[in-house]
Parts: sequence; C-alpha cells; structure tokens
Amino acid sequence: MNFFLLSLIKVGLVAAVLMTTLAYLQWVERKVIAHIQLRVGPSRVGPHGLLQPLADVIKLITKEDLIPAHVNKFFYLMAPILAVALALTSISVIPFGPQINVFGVETYMQLTDLNIGVLVLLAISGLSVYGIALAGWASNNKYALLGGLRASAQMISYELPLALAIASPLLLHNSLSLREIVNAQDGYYFGFLARWAIFQMPMPQIFAFILFMIGAFAETNRIPFDLPEAENELVAGFHTEYSSMKFAAFFMAEYANMITICALATILFLGGWHPPFPVELGSGYVPSAIFGMAAAIALFHGLNPARPKDRFTLPVFAIAFFGLAIAFAIPVLNSILLPLFWFASKTGFLLFLFIWVRGTLPRFRYDQLMRFAWAWLFPVSVVHLFATGLLVALYSN
Amino acid sequence: MSQFYTQTDHFVLLPGLLLTLFGCATLLFDFWLVPEARYKKLLVGWLIAAEAFTGASLYRHTTYLADNGLTELVAFRGSLVMDGFSIFFNWVFLATAVIVALISYRYLEIEGEHHGEYYGLILLAQSGMFFLAAGTDLVTIFVGLELMAISFYVMVGFLRADRRSNEAAMKYLLLGAFSSGFLVYGFSVMYGMSGSTRLSDIAASFAARDPWDPIAFLALATTVVGLLFKISAVPFHMWAPDAYEGAPTTVTAFLSVGSKAASFAFLMRIFLGPLAASREVWEPILIGVAILSMTVGNLAAISQTNVKRLLAYSSISHAGYILLGLIAGNDTGLKGVAIYVLVYTFMNLGAFLVIVALRRENIIGEDVEDLAGLMHRGPGYAILMLIFMLSLAGIPPTAGFIGKYYIFLSLMQTGHYLVAVAAALYVAVAIYYYFRIVRSMFVSDVSEPTPLAASLGMRVAVAVSAGLTLAIGLYPEPFLQMAQTSLIR
Amino acid sequence: MDPILFFIFAAVAVICAISLIVQKHPIKSALSLIGVMGSLAILYLLLGAEFIAAAQLIVYAGAIMVLFVFVIMLLNAGEEKSPARPSWFAKLLGIPLMIALLGILSYVIQRAAPEGSLAFGEYTGGAREVGRALFTTYLLPFEITSVLILIAILGAVVLAKKEL
Repeated sequence: MNFFLLSLIKVGLVAAVLMTTLAYLQWVERKVIAHIQLRVGPSRVGPHGLLQPLADVIKLITKEDLIPAHVNKFFYLMAPILAVALALTSISVIPFGPQINVFGVETYMQLTDLNIGVLVLLAISGLSVYGIALAGWASNNKYALLGGLRASAQMISYELPLALAIASPLLLHNSLSLREIVNAQDGYYFGFLARWAIFQMPMPQIFAFILFMIGAFAETNRIPFDLPEAENELVAGFHTEYSSMKFAAFFMAEYANMITICALATILFLGGWHPPFPVELGSGYVPSAIFGMAAAIALFHGLNPARPKDRFTLPVFAIAFFGLAIAFAIPVLNSILLPLFWFASKTGFLLFLFIWVRGTLPRFRYDQLMRFAWAWLFPVSVVHLFATGLLVALYSN
Repeated sequence: MSQFYTQTDHFVLLPGLLLTLFGCATLLFDFWLVPEARYKKLLVGWLIAAEAFTGASLYRHTTYLADNGLTELVAFRGSLVMDGFSIFFNWVFLATAVIVALISYRYLEIEGEHHGEYYGLILLAQSGMFFLAAGTDLVTIFVGLELMAISFYVMVGFLRADRRSNEAAMKYLLLGAFSSGFLVYGFSVMYGMSGSTRLSDIAASFAARDPWDPIAFLALATTVVGLLFKISAVPFHMWAPDAYEGAPTTVTAFLSVGSKAASFAFLMRIFLGPLAASREVWEPILIGVAILSMTVGNLAAISQTNVKRLLAYSSISHAGYILLGLIAGNDTGLKGVAIYVLVYTFMNLGAFLVIVALRRENIIGEDVEDLAGLMHRGPGYAILMLIFMLSLAGIPPTAGFIGKYYIFLSLMQTGHYLVAVAAALYVAVAIYYYFRIVRSMFVSDVSEPTPLAASLGMRVAVAVSAGLTLAIGLYPEPFLQMAQTSLIR
Repeated sequence: MDPILFFIFAAVAVICAISLIVQKHPIKSALSLIGVMGSLAILYLLLGAEFIAAAQLIVYAGAIMVLFVFVIMLLNAGEEKSPARPSWFAKLLGIPLMIALLGILSYVIQRAAPEGSLAFGEYTGGAREVGRALFTTYLLPFEITSVLILIAILGAVVLAKKEL
C-alpha cells in the first residue's frame, strides 16, 4: 500500500486514541484521587461521570479567549503551541506493538522507527522546557516568571539523572532504536522469568527504573515535584495568565508528556509489548480472563444495585467487557490485540502510579528538590551507569 | 593493555597524565586534608612532588629517545608525539610552574585569597601546555589550548574581591574566546582541505596545493590570526596589558611566561608542520607582525608608570623578537627561538618575582615609583632586578644577550638584513625604559620604608631565576645543546 | 526533495542568524539562536549524520540554550536601552568590507568544492560510528575534554562561590 496513505491512517488512529486517552486520563485521575480521599469524584455528567471530559472540552473551547494587556503577545501565544506540539510529536516514535498484518498489509504498530528514537525523545523533552519557560516569561507576571524559572531549573536538573538512567539499559540492549530495544527484551529466563530490562542479566535495571521514574515525575512537573505550579506560593505558576484553549494546551501537554514517558519506561524497562510470562504458561488467556471477571463483577453489582441507576449502567459495562473478553479470545484478532493489551496495561499501571503518588505524597520544598537532584540522584545514576557498563563489559568477554 | 590504550600511549602520555591526576588530587587533598588556611602552603610541597614525578617521566623520555636512537615516538594513532621539542618545552613549563608556586603562597596570603584550587589550576594549566607542545592533532592541540586558557581565565580572576582582577578576567575571557573562534575556524578549513585532523596529513594537503590557493590561504589566514592573538603579537595584543595589570602578579608571571611559551610551542608546531609549505605566504605577514610588535611594544612601554603594564608591553616586543627566529627559519633561528624562550622564561619570571615581593599588606607596589630606593631597602632584590633588566634589554653577559644573539645571527645568515637592523634599533629603545626602572631603584630616594615581603619560597625562586639568567649568559653551552635537541625534524 | 529541504532550512538558519544580531531583546536573540541550532540539526540530518543531529538538538538547543534563556530570565534583562548608532565611518568602511568578505568566502568555497564531496544522506554517522571514532582516532582529545569540563566547573565554583 502507498506509504503516505498508510502513514496517514496510522497517524489518524494514533491521534484519535491519544486524544481520547488524554481526555479520559484526567477523568481517571479525578476518580482515583477521589477514591483515595474517600470521595465519589465526578459523577453528574453521564454514568459515573464518564461524559465529564466531554463537558470539560466544551467548556474550555467556549470560554472567552482572554489575552492580558501586559503580555508579550507573540511569545505568549507561541508558548502553549510549542508545549503541546512538542508533547504530541514525541508519540510518533513510540512503538506500541510488533509487526502486524491487517487485511494483507504488513505494518508496524508505530508511526516511524528511527535509529535514534531514544535520542529524539530526549531532544524533544529537552526542548519542551521552552514552552514553559517562555510562558512564564511572556506573561509578564511575577508568579508566572517564578514558575517558569522553577520549571526550567528543575527540568534541566532532572534531565541529567533521567538521561543517565536511560543510558544504562541501552548498554544492555545495544541499540538506540526503540523497536530493537523491545526486541532485545524478548524471551524468558528458566522458561518463566521475562527478559525485561529490570530482570535482565548481567545487571538487572531495577534501580535504573526507579531512578527513571523519579526523574520522570520531575520532568512532567508532577507531585511531589510540581513546584512550578505550587498553588500556595505561585497562584498557578507559569500558566497563571492563561485561559481557555491556551490553558488547555498546557494541560494536554502535561498529560501527553506523562503518557509518553510512561510508554518510554515500558519500552526501556518493562519489555514493551512482551507478556510477563510465556504464552506456553497461558499469558494469552490473561486479558480474556480479566475482562471476563470484570464482566462478571459488573453483572453481579448490576443485579444487586447500590444505587438505582446502576441497574442499567453496570449491565451495559458487563456486556462491553464481555465483548472485549471474546475479542481477545478470537485467534485472528489475538495477534494484534495481545501486544497492545500488554503495552497498554504496563503503561496504564505506570500512569496509575503517577496518580497514586499524587494522591499520597506532599510536595517537596524547593531547596530539597534541587539538593535531591544534584547531591543524590545524579551521583547515584552515574555510579549505576558505571556499574552497568562494567558488568556488561565483563559479561560480554 | 588494550588496543585502545597501548604501552607506548601510556609512556608518551605519562607527563600529561601525571599533571592531570595530581591536579585533580590537589582539589581533593585541599578539601580533605588541609581545610585550614594556615596549612595551605603545604600544597606547595605537594605541587613540587607532582613536578618531581613529571620531571622524572620527562627525563625517562629523554633517555628513552637517546637510548633507542629515535627522534620521536608517536602515540594515540598520531595524536601525541614525544620528541625533543615537546620535552624541551615541557621542561620550560615545569620550571615556570615550580617558580610560580614558590612565590604564590605568601602573595595569596597577603591578598587573602589563599585557596588550594590555585595549585590545582597551575597543574591543570600545565597539563594543557603539555598537550599544546606534544599534540600533533588539531583536536588534541585545541583541547590542550582551551585547557590552559580556561585555567588562566580563572586564575586571572582569582582575586574575587578585586575589581581590577574581575575586569581583567572578563577581558581576557572575551578576547581569548574570540581568538579561539578564529583558530577553530582555520582548523575547520584545514580539516575540510585534508579530511584529517593529523598535522602530518594537513601538511601533505598544503604541500599538494598552490600556496596561494584561496582555500589554503583562508585556512592559513584565520589560523595565523588566532595564533597571533595567543602570543599577543601586534595588532592582536590589546588584551595583554589589561589582563597582565589586573591579574594577581603571580598569575601575571605565569601568564606572561608559561602561556606565552606554550603558545610559541603551538605556533611552531603549526608553522613548521602544516604551514611549512606556504612559507612564501606567511613570511611577509610575520615580518610585518614582528616589526609592528617590536614597535608598539617598545614605544608603548616607554610611557607606562605601572611596572606590570610596562612588562606587558615589553613581553609584546619580546614576542616580536621570537617571531624573528621563525622568520629566519634555519636551524640557527629555530635554536634561537628555543633558547630565547628559555631565557625569557627566567628573566621575565625574575622581574615579576621582584614585583611580587613588593606587594605587602596595604601596599600594592606596582608603580615604578614603588621601586624607588629599592637599593636601600632591599639591596639584594635591587641587584637581582638589575640583572633581570639587563637581561631583558639584551646586554651581555646576561642570558638575554645569548637569545638575541642567535636571533640576529640567523637573520644575517638568511639575508634579512633590514629586519635585523630594525630589531637592533629597538633594543636601544628597550634599554631606555628598562633603565627607567633601574634608575628608580638606585637613584631615587626611598618613598616608603616598609620591608619587602620575603618568604623562603620567594628567596629560592629569585635565586634560581637569577642564577639561571646569569648561567645561561656566562656558560651557554649545555643550554645550547638542549636547544639543539629541541629542533623539529 | 532533499535539495528543497536543504534550501529551506539553510534559509531559516541564515534568517535566524541575522535576527540573532538584529534583535534588541536578549530573549529574542537567544530564541533566534535556538532556531539556528535547530535548522543546523536538520541540515546534519539531511546529510545522514543522524546522531550528530540529535546531539546538536540535545546539547545545544536542549541544554546550553536553556541555560541562556534561564539566565536572561533570571536577570530579567530588558531591551537594549539606547541602541548605539553605528558611526558613518563604521558604515562606510564596514558595509563594503562585509560584502568583500562574503564575496571572497563564496568565491573560495566555490573554487574549493573538494573532490569526493558527499551527496545528501550518503554519510552514515550513527551512534556506533561516532562512538568508534571517539574511542579510537580521537581517544586522547576525547579524554582530555573531560578534564577541560572539570576545569570549567572548578572555575565556576572558584569564581562564583561566596566562601571557598
């Protein structure tokens, strides 16, 4: 098939899925935080608040588009565009699954595979500082400026341990192409232990994974490192002066960055789309079993409703889950859906981790944040990189 | 060892490696073992230990070459070379660094900025000089140059509370970076011409082209501008007086001697290596630059009242004289360059030593008037200063004469009579301003009677410099042989 | 396709470079420089030196220029107050000299198009090749560079720290 047409279809698919995920990630976050805090969360718009994201989008689009009089207009408008454009660009190198065959067309579940995919992601994450820094500067507001300064200082500082944490699994995988990195993690030790980077010999990358996740929290400006938008000190930080879609752009950028970095963690450390235990031990039945159980639970609660409306909504969910369970059991769809399932569930787990941490941890103080990066995280990642390099060199001889 | 780092590589690299490691160790040593300010002078001993090891490895290089009848030993796939030239210049750097360290501790204590980092920077700057003198690859040489230059930027600004020092560091940094830009541009064109960064490959590429080939000329012109900046030759000398005046005097001494010697080593490597084939292009340029340097250096020095500025201009004129040896270009001339650099090291260091001794609590002691009546306050220093001034002016029986003698001889041999006459005329001008200092010391009355800041290190350093200045003048034979071994084959 | 992209990004690079000099506000100058770096990265990419392109983006645009912007923001440096008007002498001498320099340079580069110059994408400068060159041909300069960086850090500490 025509390369351009195929790419266009894939871009459309990825964009649609990504945008939906972005919107619903926000809903998941609000729900999870609500449950951590023993609240209900959004529940008015649609069943269980499922239409809340839609309502939010409509609200943000229709709000008055305000440009304060004192801002530097060009950069003020450029900043959110830059932020969201860079955040969405990085998804283009992420592979979601292996080569698949749809109606006779062989293609990879990835927009483009670069020999230097990892470096491209690093470059984009380095550039994404500008969106925030410029927003802070162009707003001509002291809170925004301080927020922008904090963000750039923080992102520069945490990029170093992040990059070093990325470098050590690369020593094991011996490639910079994300697809090859995932392929290098195929197979199992002793027939059941996955050869994911966090388990891989000679140097299990579990520490690099932890370092990476810490750096990832800081790079995405999430709690406990959300100093750039610490509301009790800086109002809303760098986006204080932004409203409507321009605010939404920053919002989208933050969530898109979260998704990208979780996907990157999945690829680098958690074996990408490879299942945690071999197909021979039945990993192929896991999604069907999970969705089947979810359907059963939803059906049970639908039959014994806690609230009147559950009588209608939960059976609908049960049917949907049951449909998914069947879809995963069909052999033809299986080969496409299984990798996607594992990839999505690993990434989803990491995203849940982000939300979980937000619900439980307090924010750092600024000097603690900086000292932590330079006096602890950076030396540890350097030592870890050296240790990995040494072991790989010894092992390969 | 491995294929990446062979035994030969290690042997050739050894002096640079020792300097770098000792330099880094100084920082740790300073931090852990001597945190208290009054024990910081122990670091001078540490530095001398480092130099002893470095000297031992340089000695091993000399004997190795002699025993095996080699003229050079190439390492790191042609990035680094060990030959008479690099060994000779490294001895010069070593002597400079030791003398500077000896005079520094008292001076820095008086200035209230006695920190261990200073000694680390001396060693690291010297390691940069090692790579400048021994490098045969553009990248190695350039990194060595920057290693030296950055250390010097920091050392020039070492007196952080002194605004003159800050200003000098800023000017030196800006112009140094600017000149490095020229140099690197020239290097990049050379790389573009030859597809290699090895000096030998570039030399072949130059030889294969017409000397007036535009791209070769572009490479030559930009490289020469960068090089002339580094040796502070006119018209690229503007930074030198300001940097010399504002820097701590000990650093000025190091800068005017070590940095200049290293830059000359670098310049000789480039001019006698890659650019040797284009001699007809650069010879007129260098003649002009040398004569301009002598003119501006000597004439501007006359009106200076600050001794450091005066010596800065005098060093510009000395750069002109050294260039003359390169212009002559025969063996006598190149030997003359080597011996001139050696001589200049000790006499110029000596002159700065006396200025350092004049710096006391609350007295800056940098003006010509501050030297007034030095004969009555410190007759020893006054007499030694006289020797250094005689030598700088080039009057026998001091070492300065030997240096100038070989330069003039080579000019005569190669038929550059007019240049020789001009250079000789400027010697007369130089005598005038050097003797202003001498007159102030011996004829004027004492302006303020505070005794000089003498320390053991200072006494040793002055004695060594003066002794060598006289020794080279009176019995030059061993030093001439040393210079003879330094010729690039 | 490649030549078109080359001319587009070469033009962007030149325009950004001019803007860098002409702009009065330091942030705008810094952002123009980022534009130059970015377009250079794309030119490297067109030549096939993908690793160098990525390194250019990560190191220059992503690290060094961020620090520039950061410092400009921290100092809150405003627009240049009284733009120094170049004297008529400077214009009289400078403009012809500049044109002459450009002419000479373009002549030289035209004349010197070396034999065996590369076509677009012919050079394969992946991470592997760059790494191999760094650890064989350029091993020594590569290692000394680490000392150079150490000195730069040391210098920053010496000059900027309040109490040593």
